[in-house]
Amino acid sequence: MSAVNINKDSLKLQESLQQVTNETTVDSLVAANEDNTHMKMLNSKTKANLPHVAKAKTTAQIKTIAFFKTTIPPVFGILLFLAVWTLISHQQPVLPGPVSTWHSAAELFAHPFHQNSPDDQGIGWNILSSLQRVGLGFGLAALVGIPLGFIIGRYEFMSRMTAPVIGLLRPVSPLAWLPLGLLVLKAAGPAAIWVIFISSIWPMVINTAVGVSKVPQDYMNVAKVLNLSEWKIITKISFPYVLPYMMTGVRLSIGIAWLVIVAAEMLNGGAGIGFWLWDEYNASNYEHIIIAIFVVGIVGLLLEQILTVIANRFNYE
Amino acid sequence: MSKISNENISIKKLGKATNKITERYVHIEDVGMRFVTKKGEFEALKNINLSITQGEFVSIIGHSGCGKSTVLNLIAGLLQPTSGNLFCAGREISAPGPERAVVFQNHSLLPWLSCFENVFLAVERVFGSESKVQQEARTYAALDLVGLSHAIEKRPNEISGGMKQRVGIARALAMEPKVLLLDEPFGALDALTRAGLQDELMKIMQKSGTTAVMVTHDVDEAVLLSDRIVMMTNGPSATIGEILDVQLPYPRKRLELAEDKQYNHLRSELLKFLYERHAKKAA
Repeated sequence: MSAVNINKDSLKLQESLQQVTNETTVDSLVAANEDNTHMKMLNSKTKANLPHVAKAKTTAQIKTIAFFKTTIPPVFGILLFLAVWTLISHQQPVLPGPVSTWHSAAELFAHPFHQNSPDDQGIGWNILSSLQRVGLGFGLAALVGIPLGFIIGRYEFMSRMTAPVIGLLRPVSPLAWLPLGLLVLKAAGPAAIWVIFISSIWPMVINTAVGVSKVPQDYMNVAKVLNLSEWKIITKISFPYVLPYMMTGVRLSIGIAWLVIVAAEMLNGGAGIGFWLWDEYNASNYEHIIIAIFVVGIVGLLLEQILTVIANRFNYE
Repeated sequence: MSKISNENISIKKLGKATNKITERYVHIEDVGMRFVTKKGEFEALKNINLSITQGEFVSIIGHSGCGKSTVLNLIAGLLQPTSGNLFCAGREISAPGPERAVVFQNHSLLPWLSCFENVFLAVERVFGSESKVQQEARTYAALDLVGLSHAIEKRPNEISGGMKQRVGIARALAMEPKVLLLDEPFGALDALTRAGLQDELMKIMQKSGTTAVMVTHDVDEAVLLSDRIVMMTNGPSATIGEILDVQLPYPRKRLELAEDKQYNHLRSELLKFLYERHAKKAA
């Protein structure tokens, strides 16, 4: 089995992600088409005065329908979620409901960057220190993972050589790496970065490798006929072709890094959103636990969105 | 129909050329090609012998799977023959190179580069010793030749299939190749676009006098563009069946030829070869 084969999961993820983006474009296309048909209808109206023209929808109507089609389901979903949450919090009084959480959040976000002591910082600081850790761990992973992916993808020997090791290490739970980090690095901070590094490196290695191994033979034939130098092949053919694959890897890696950070900080202490979550649990501020969950979710969503926007800029087809 | 042996090539465009190298500008000598597949060895080509004169336009026609693209890839140097030898301008063909430029069927333009950059990539490689201004001028000239001056900054996905193929042709011609190799260049285009591009290619080839080898399965295209048409038998172990000499005068006009006796005779010779003597069983 080659390293490329291991990638089935991340490829599947990648496909589903692409589907999501495709759907959004289809939506906008449909919207554009609706506008077009409407223009045609308007034309036929002025030209022929057909009797059934009265049935034609106006632009305003079409826009309203499109608006409700796209807005109603998510709003409905959120309302349902809040309803279920309220119901559960009534059954389990220890669990804060939406209203008390909302009030608590308003209070909390009134001063996001206050700083009384290392253990009593604003939520803004906690988010920033988590992001910093993720950035460091992920940055190191990219620095190592992307070139490694290029080498594995370019040479079959390397692919076969690394396949068993990658296959073995990739499914290991992120937190299993923490004791090793503590043992070698002898400090909690670097150990957390180590955990992020080792668990977020794989999607970048594997996706880059898959991209490199998939460069179409047609392009390589062009390179051969033009007699391009190895440097030109990399800069003009391999790298541009691999970029979208690489960006998918980067996106998956950031997602994993953000997943891991909460757990790592819970175990490690210090500042950070994960640490804060655990600290608030110990202090019996249960509203804050729920706020922390929302914050983690929203920041993760934002990271994902930003990377999707960046990735789409490299799509040439 | 007259079979024309390799030693007895009629030289039309360069009537006076008698030099061995210009007569055998592209020379294929007893070439065979075997592929190793999962099911065992497969002999794609055997005993291919062909000499192409400088300035000549030769088409290779045959049913799909007869190995005609393999012949082209052998001349391009993208494949190495398992037996026999190939020569271009007196030198053995051992690797691909810009002196044998290829126009690929699916255009093979790099989607992240503009039309200009796609052609420039080739110019830069072949004319690296010239100044940047000269290289750019060559790129503009090549794109102008195929009538694409207005779309040079567009990316391949922003232009039509016919325009993409024009860029492919411009890229190949910009290298000023000794031999232009066309692999079913218009196969993926609709009939009207195809006819337009055939006419333009004919003009360009007349102007430049470049030697060309084209793989096609379009009978009209072959007769219209070629000086000689090589008809291949069906694979496996495909080889050259017959060679048809096309002595229609240039410039050739599509509409006039439609009623031309000689044209229609050549056309029916091709059809007889393809559908009577070497008919392919329906798959």
